[in-house]
Amino acid sequence: MDTLRLTVNDELVETRDLPPSTTLLKFLRERLGLCGAKEGCAEGDCGACTVVVQDRRLDGTPCFRAVNSCLVLLPMMQGRRVYTVEALQQNGSPHVIQEAMAKHQGSQCGYCTPGVVMSLVEATYRDDLREGWQLDDQLAGNICRCTGYRAIREVAQELASSRPADAFAERLHRELEPRRLSYERAGKRYFSPGSLKELFAILAAHPNARIVAGGTDLALEVTKRFREPEALVSVEAVPELRRVERTAAGWDVGAAVTLTELQETLEASVTPLEKMLRVFASRQIRNRATVGGNLCNASPIGDLAPVMLALGAELSLASAGGTRRIPIERFFLGYRKTALEPGEILSTVHLPRVPEGVRASSYKVSKRRELDISTVAMGAFVRLSGDGTASDVRLGYGGMAATPARAHGTEAALAGKPWTEASVRAATEALEHDFQPISDARGSAWYRMAVAKNLLVGFYFETGEGPVALDPRPTSTIHLRARGA
Amino acid sequence: MPEPVRTPLHQPLPHESALGHATGEALYVDDFPPPRGLLHGFVVCSPHARARIRRKDATRALKLPGIGAVLFAADVPGANQVGATRHDEPLLAEDEVFAEGQVVALVLGESVELCRKAAALLEIEYEKLPALLDLREAIARGSFHTDPHVMARGDVARALASAPLRLAGEVETGAQDHFYLETQAALALCEEGGALRVVTSSQNPSEVQAKIAEVLGLTRQLVVCEVPRMGGGFGGKETQAATWAALAALGAHRTRRPVKVRLDRDQDMVQTGKRHPFLTRYDAGFDHDGRLLALDAKVYANGGWSLDLSRSILDRALFHLSSGYWVPALRFEGRVAKTNLASNTAFRGFGGPQGMVAGEIILDRAAERLGIDPALLRRRNYLDAPPHDRTPYDQQVRDSRAERIFDELMVSSSYVRRRGEIETFNTRSPFSKRGLGFQPLQFGISFTHAPLNQAGALVLLYQDGSAQVSHGGTEMGQGLHTKMQAIAAHELGVPLARVRVMTTSTEKVPNTSATAASSGADLNGQAVADACRAIRERIRPVAALLLGIEEAESARLVFEDGFVRAPDGRRLELRKVAQEAWSRQIALSATGFYRTPGIGYDQSRGKGNPFHYFAFGGAVVEIELSALTGETRLVRVDILHDAGDSLAPTIDRGQVEGAFVQGYGWLTSEEVLWDAEGHLLTLSPSTYKVPAIGDAPADFRVKLLEHAPQEGVIGGSKAVGEPPLMLAIAAVTALRHAISSFAAPGQEVELSMPCTPEAVLRSIEATKERAAAALSERASANA
Repeated sequence: MDTLRLTVNDELVETRDLPPSTTLLKFLRERLGLCGAKEGCAEGDCGACTVVVQDRRLDGTPCFRAVNSCLVLLPMMQGRRVYTVEALQQNGSPHVIQEAMAKHQGSQCGYCTPGVVMSLVEATYRDDLREGWQLDDQLAGNICRCTGYRAIREVAQELASSRPADAFAERLHRELEPRRLSYERAGKRYFSPGSLKELFAILAAHPNARIVAGGTDLALEVTKRFREPEALVSVEAVPELRRVERTAAGWDVGAAVTLTELQETLEASVTPLEKMLRVFASRQIRNRATVGGNLCNASPIGDLAPVMLALGAELSLASAGGTRRIPIERFFLGYRKTALEPGEILSTVHLPRVPEGVRASSYKVSKRRELDISTVAMGAFVRLSGDGTASDVRLGYGGMAATPARAHGTEAALAGKPWTEASVRAATEALEHDFQPISDARGSAWYRMAVAKNLLVGFYFETGEGPVALDPRPTSTIHLRARGA
Repeated sequence: MPEPVRTPLHQPLPHESALGHATGEALYVDDFPPPRGLLHGFVVCSPHARARIRRKDATRALKLPGIGAVLFAADVPGANQVGATRHDEPLLAEDEVFAEGQVVALVLGESVELCRKAAALLEIEYEKLPALLDLREAIARGSFHTDPHVMARGDVARALASAPLRLAGEVETGAQDHFYLETQAALALCEEGGALRVVTSSQNPSEVQAKIAEVLGLTRQLVVCEVPRMGGGFGGKETQAATWAALAALGAHRTRRPVKVRLDRDQDMVQTGKRHPFLTRYDAGFDHDGRLLALDAKVYANGGWSLDLSRSILDRALFHLSSGYWVPALRFEGRVAKTNLASNTAFRGFGGPQGMVAGEIILDRAAERLGIDPALLRRRNYLDAPPHDRTPYDQQVRDSRAERIFDELMVSSSYVRRRGEIETFNTRSPFSKRGLGFQPLQFGISFTHAPLNQAGALVLLYQDGSAQVSHGGTEMGQGLHTKMQAIAAHELGVPLARVRVMTTSTEKVPNTSATAASSGADLNGQAVADACRAIRERIRPVAALLLGIEEAESARLVFEDGFVRAPDGRRLELRKVAQEAWSRQIALSATGFYRTPGIGYDQSRGKGNPFHYFAFGGAVVEIELSALTGETRLVRVDILHDAGDSLAPTIDRGQVEGAFVQGYGWLTSEEVLWDAEGHLLTLSPSTYKVPAIGDAPADFRVKLLEHAPQEGVIGGSKAVGEPPLMLAIAAVTALRHAISSFAAPGQEVELSMPCTPEAVLRSIEATKERAAAALSERASANA
């Protein structure tokens, strides 16, 4: 059995006596006495626990990633370098971010502030922050109940991508350690294999072990339902699952690629995906959550699925015996139930290129625009023939049924018809037969159905304006360039 | 002309803990290193909205190694009571529970995880009883905590009967969770002789001290309560911090070990009360120009299961129902309903927002019906020259800044031009609609329970010229300590860095009021100034002597920036004066005290002067919505707010911005929902949505009113904590404006609050339907 080893604020920390479900936040606060990171919600919805982890982008560029330490299980940090707010001061002098927060009145009660500061660490040392919406996106995972955010925004504007060549920046270039791990404590196990082969061997030996990737969903079982998983197998350090490859048909995305990595690699080339990722949870969550995780938890309100359903993605499911490939709509069998067999994992998402002449977009409606869960999400794809009739219609919906699902009846109502406002409006009636949504805290059945219909209408108008231009600060998920005028 | 005095007052100041916040050095209750032998206290709560407790048995739980004790009501040595204003709130439930989340048992163990395991082994049998949850049902069934509070003027029935426009209806507002980032927490430590020291995240340490003493059957000198700082309060820790501190104290008292009680987020959201949901039923009369002629209103608050502060909250709603408007004939009646929800409590604005929004919706309706710009209609209704300068409770409003703010804000926000541009935009844009709303503000400042308007301070000057300041207020982020530091520095004439504001503690200043009602700086500032002046005047003759100035001339000595300056410009270090004062055996410490003069309200008559003065403000809010999804976005916000001569303009700007966004959250995305059994559905941030950064306006123009000193208040300043929250009501007016683009002329908009995307889409659909119906009616009439 291995020892847990990680580096916190440049000091090596080792432990063998903590259960693998110990969260990084608990470890920092209770074991190391580093109380800068706070617990505000224990579910990744407030950001008060934010810390940064040294990482490399898929292209090898060094970077810091802000993460919610409340949703990180300690073994996930094996071999990693973690930095907390306590690491920022140099010889008793505050870091430029800390000074800026004080100067701009960025704190009032101060409880969210260490988390905000650590999100700003990522922002400061990122090299790709240029637009205002990106700054809001960087900070959407940090709830501040006091300031009203204006001051925090000013700090972000001042510092984003300023990349000071200071002592903290040097830490970007430290060596990363191997992350393979086999850990056990009081009968609870955590494995982090270093290859697919090893992964399948572990699954064979521990048939009840559960696969974990970023853990942003699974950790809630620990922090909210107080359960301790018996055995977890991480896919984080499996290189075969960490690649994005360009193919003739499109892209092959490894299941353990994070959503941030997906954004960095693909976003500009697949507009519906980019659009969805802009309103997908928060930066901290996307820095941990993976493509495979979001699909495999098979939540009816997972935001990738509607887009993937519309784009016609296919999935490779791998096991020790080989690999099979299925269209994504055959993957979701029921509420949180997938087509994965025992011993089988999702290895690759095959994402086709969006062909010329196709109209495609994605939508997400929620009570709050950022850092919220879908009330209704939709991915839409329609190919138009030369005569303007619709062929190849795919509408993927989330939040409308027990699984993410295609609106087959509505698709049929549209296929072969002229792509006009009249036929689109007429087809929305078919949604009533495709779905019987529920009422819950996020919205009523009436609202879900009304929005599902209106999204289709909105799709017609949005894509009718030509290629979708993403609004940097949209009022609505439907980006009407001329704002409908 | 004399040289101006160098002072930090009225200057832009950073928050005194700003760097501590940003570096993580600032400590909150849960951050203190665990004392030796610490036990964690885990609260076990009722899963039912109402039930009889048939049996409580901890036998199995107590067998778990590491569990120190399990405490029930019978284990309380003193009075099992923590009710803030009435003895109706047992600390631990006895034989009946009245709301989900009511505390039934306290498990004490070596770790929270262990306690949770033990809690699962507790055998508590409940017999479910029918619960009363809904405010309308409570009213119908006569379930109330309080008798009616009535204020009246003129013959309202007659005025209504003769009014050219009569509008009757209901306004309903929802609850709001405080969502302070730091959940409720307390740490109790044992001291010698059975005494206790309790570190609590509370806005009211004196009350916590009193409750602990009562619960444990101790006299108060045995209990010290300290508040290092809070990670947000917003009213949620005014009374409702007491339970957790009393439980920690009970645990420590019983086990003689330190005990920490800290709620996790879900527990906190279920177990603590929220902003009261309100229902107002009204009948209003207007003239053709939109002037309010009469208003008859019944105002109901859903108090939840115990009274808490609900009576005063309801009072404040009545005081602000017609806020700064003149109402010739009126009758306002208010009552607090009793239901089986968590006991609702103080929340920034303290009923003011709920009362005000009802009045504003009535004005919006009149504006829509009469086709008058709602800003203009509001302006026409402002309080005016005598006798039209009296509030419904007959307080005369002196030096109103309402007109000045209206004039300045209309110009600075280009209101009229933009309203016109928006009308044009909306005719061209089928799916995106914009709206512009104006909201004036007049908010009464003082605790409406007059005795609470007092404060104390303790100031210690050391021989090196540095000072420690203790006062009765607590720091929850609002910058109170920063203002107190500046006041002390100003009065003693020392640099800011020489003044340290100490942890708030009941052993420094006794019998304090809650830091609430926006009054923290007003009350404590006067007390701090009083103490500082006492010391300064004691050492003034010493300074005069050292500077060789006649005692009669000593009044002209200026204390500033660490020096005493003579009229001829010679300066002497304050340090030297302090040293000399010490050697002359002069006391260098003093207490200070303040009570607000001239206020009082007669509840039985519904008349009096509950407020020392009023804070004013105005906001112009532009909003955009999608008619396809109901999503909304703030486009631009202009605020002009009256903070008097602000003690610290940077701090006050932060208060204005933060309050506005918090109010905007209450009115838009923050929706508290319960199921039919009274279980809270929105019990974590995954379902309860406070504003995130993208919800704040990108174009956020906040100004403090200039040259606006307030007489009789510390430094000419005004209270600022709560009032700007109500400026967010402008967003509702703006939304109604946007939605009215679907309405026929003279057609009203019906929009429920909070204005979630769903509420907005419902309103749009209903407005379209009614417009179409009106159109076809007109067509058939013409046919």
